[in-house]
Amino acid sequence: MADILAKFALYAQYPFVRYAFIVGILIALCSSLLGVTLVLKRFSFIGDGLSHVAFGALAVSAVLGISSSMIVVLPVTVLCAVLLLRTGQNTKIKGDAAIAMISVGSLAVGYLLMNLFSTSTNLSGDVCSTLFGSTSILTLSRAEVWLCAVLSVAVVAVFVLFYNKIFAVTFDEDFARAAGIRAGECNLLIAVITAVIIVLAMNLVGSLLISALVIFPALSAMRVFKSFRSVTVCSAVLSVVCAALGLLISLPAGTPVGATIVAVDIAAFAVFWVIGAVRA
Amino acid sequence: MAQLICRSLSLGYDSHEIVNDLSFSVGAGDYLCVVGENGSGKTTLMKTILGLRQPLGGEILLGDGLTRSQIGYLPQQTEVQRDFPASVREIVLSGCQSRSGLRPFYSAAEKRLAEANMKKMDIDALSRRCYRELSGGQQQRVLLARALCAAESMLLLDEPISGLDPKAAAEMYRIIEQLNAEDGLTVIMISHDIEAALKYATRILHIGKTTFFGTKEEYLRSEHCRGFLAPEEGEGNG
Repeated sequence: MADILAKFALYAQYPFVRYAFIVGILIALCSSLLGVTLVLKRFSFIGDGLSHVAFGALAVSAVLGISSSMIVVLPVTVLCAVLLLRTGQNTKIKGDAAIAMISVGSLAVGYLLMNLFSTSTNLSGDVCSTLFGSTSILTLSRAEVWLCAVLSVAVVAVFVLFYNKIFAVTFDEDFARAAGIRAGECNLLIAVITAVIIVLAMNLVGSLLISALVIFPALSAMRVFKSFRSVTVCSAVLSVVCAALGLLISLPAGTPVGATIVAVDIAAFAVFWVIGAVRA
Repeated sequence: MAQLICRSLSLGYDSHEIVNDLSFSVGAGDYLCVVGENGSGKTTLMKTILGLRQPLGGEILLGDGLTRSQIGYLPQQTEVQRDFPASVREIVLSGCQSRSGLRPFYSAAEKRLAEANMKKMDIDALSRRCYRELSGGQQQRVLLARALCAAESMLLLDEPISGLDPKAAAEMYRIIEQLNAEDGLTVIMISHDIEAALKYATRILHIGKTTFFGTKEEYLRSEHCRGFLAPEEGEGNG
């Protein structure tokens, strides 16, 4: 036990480890907040689709040689979130088909671009790290940590300020609109926040595993808790605990960070599922 | 002046018209029942009154100082709600959204209003319970309490008794009648239950291939009523 603690103490001296913990916990907190709403509004797939878009955008910015990829990825993903929401309401192309189209399309184009133009010697390694985020959390610069922190605080602040409206729109959109809430704008806000969260979370778990970070804590909390507020609080706490545990396990064990965090999330879901089943 | 006047409304989706040239008016304290076959446009009419969709033609006028946000609305239950983790209190409180505008949190007065409406609907003991665990009748009373938080003078109810057992349905009718008679709320209700409509409503609006609007007594003497009360074989209104 003392050995492990000594090892952690040693790790904690490195700034990149401290950065990873700060960013990991902030991202986990943000991603869990909207999980309940996304699951209940049947928006989980939008999150999944957007993460593929973010991958495509990242590939484009890598090809263009832009060092700070966030400048490209964030606006593109937000734009796609808005477009997906619009097509969801338009009946010409059904919402789920539109999402599938955009997500698979950007995945393919992204990989193609990386293959054609990449100067890197380790192409499959690059692709793998973008998809599964294997090491990116440990290579963050100070500026990226600050950007992550500012965006996370913004996401939490917007969520708290619009909490009651988000609840009303999630529970009953027609009633909310009749009560004078601009539901369309509220949905837009939800989509934009989702896009921001996804771009942030790419650093932690990579673009393929983001949905897990969004939906697992919410689904786990929904097994056990019964009010919207308690489910939201529980999924936030659970997500932070799982991310911290995942990081603590993966650093000394040398396992991929993203996959480890998601594995912990899955384990937590199993525990909550059992608790829910026993209570019922 | 009436609270609500609809003048030669035509309703429908895209350019497909379901209802045309519909005119009627509702005065303060009226109890109007909207009847008609499935797909005749009853819910569309209600959503148009609430401003959730635009009419294809005609106009809707609100009078007596009534504004849209003062109308309480009880929609049909949605699929999402059956599995929704929300406490009764959270749902009832969300009815105060029409009062709180852009303010992010509920005021003390709004919380008191929600408490009062839960008491009125006799669900105050359930306030911490989860919505999805309640019986159909209890769920409907929760949604009605939420509508009351928004309603200052008018209630719009979209099939409030659908899916309820006879006892819960009778209880629901009693509550609605009480709100109309004692609190003076104007009630507009969509119903499939023509007998109850005739028992409680003061006015009937029948929409479908032909429309009828008038008092209950006039409706009973009209062609529409006879056609609707004794539907042909296989033309039930499930």
